[in-house]
Amino acid sequence: MDETALAAHFDATIAGDQRIEPRDWMPEAYRRTLIRQIAQHAHSEIIGMQPEGNWIRRAPSLRRKAILLAKVQDEAGHGLYLYAAAETLGVDREELTEKLISGRQKYSSIFNYPTLSYADVGVIGWLVDGAAICNQVPLCRCSYGPYARAMVRICKEESFHQRQGYELLLAMVNGTDAQREMVQESTNRFWWPSLMMFGPPDGDSPNTRQSMDWGIKRHTNDELRQRFVDMTVPQAEALGVTLPDPGLRWNAERGHYDFSEPDWDEFKAVISGSGPCNAQRLAQRRRAHEEGAWVRAAAQAYAEKQASRTAAA
Amino acid sequence: MSDDGARRGWPLYEVFVRGKRGLNHVHVGSLHAPDAEMALHNARDLYTRRNEGVSIWVVKASDITASSPDEKDPFFAPSADKVYRHPTFYAIPEDVPHL
Repeated sequence: MDETALAAHFDATIAGDQRIEPRDWMPEAYRRTLIRQIAQHAHSEIIGMQPEGNWIRRAPSLRRKAILLAKVQDEAGHGLYLYAAAETLGVDREELTEKLISGRQKYSSIFNYPTLSYADVGVIGWLVDGAAICNQVPLCRCSYGPYARAMVRICKEESFHQRQGYELLLAMVNGTDAQREMVQESTNRFWWPSLMMFGPPDGDSPNTRQSMDWGIKRHTNDELRQRFVDMTVPQAEALGVTLPDPGLRWNAERGHYDFSEPDWDEFKAVISGSGPCNAQRLAQRRRAHEEGAWVRAAAQAYAEKQASRTAAA
Repeated sequence: MSDDGARRGWPLYEVFVRGKRGLNHVHVGSLHAPDAEMALHNARDLYTRRNEGVSIWVVKASDITASSPDEKDPFFAPSADKVYRHPTFYAIPEDVPHL
């Protein structure tokens, strides 16, 4: 088939809301967009282990520690599901890791903020994972099959992440005044960065249209952000915390909450490398990769020895 | 996607999980490992953290021979033109029971 026929077949598959599978013909730009998005998503899961990993050894109880360990292990798992999905597009995982640690590929801006108290573990579960769920649920219907299937697995597990965070916060707000203050202080720090997780406003998001036409994205950044705010307000009320936005109020006419614009200059600064923890996150990832090199080499040497023995026998 | 292990990376294994007794193994994803045994251990940690399986297969991706992915491919054409393979092809009087 010539390229026009292949493209027509691709377009018909997308128009019919069918899935594109790895060995199907696809436009180069579709492949590139997916590789960039899935890699960035995978990197976010991997870097996302760090802010919470910071608290594993200082968890306040064995119960909280076991939960946090399981959660951080899930983040590693999510990263691996996504790297596997990216590889079906013809990239190599080693190459993606190198691009991450050399700063040539990005990850979600949210992970460049520090975790300063144990309340942050709860607020990350509630707000950050809550925002991630809003972003990710529509991706379960993404037009690229392996990505959509990875997202189904991830979304099932994210629900545990969000609920453990909220439960942790419930325990704290039912504790002492100092604990309630910790929850409020953490909410104040994470609210705006969580809103930024949906990306720039629609008017400033040139790739959205094309991604929606391709069935990669199902909703615009602003639609998802609105959905997140609407979901979160009653959850904040139930906790008794105040979301740090004086402009936040119910708009009966729209049937949605109105809210203020996040500081997009801060967003741009953080994604271009000037956030509070960018350098630390990358340095730690690079160190972990380098310190794991001997393990990878040893496993490889063992596998080769076993293979040569089998061949000789 | 193929990787013979000659590159510096580990070979790619495709992972299949049997969800419970009585079900087929189903493809769930892939992973890299230096050998089949490690692939099996990694698959357990990665794909069955929540009782998703009772049995796992791992297969080197390079050992899989696949048909062309396009469903309209002539490869599958012969299965479309034999309507007599389907029970609905046969007209049976309404009042005959259990058919």
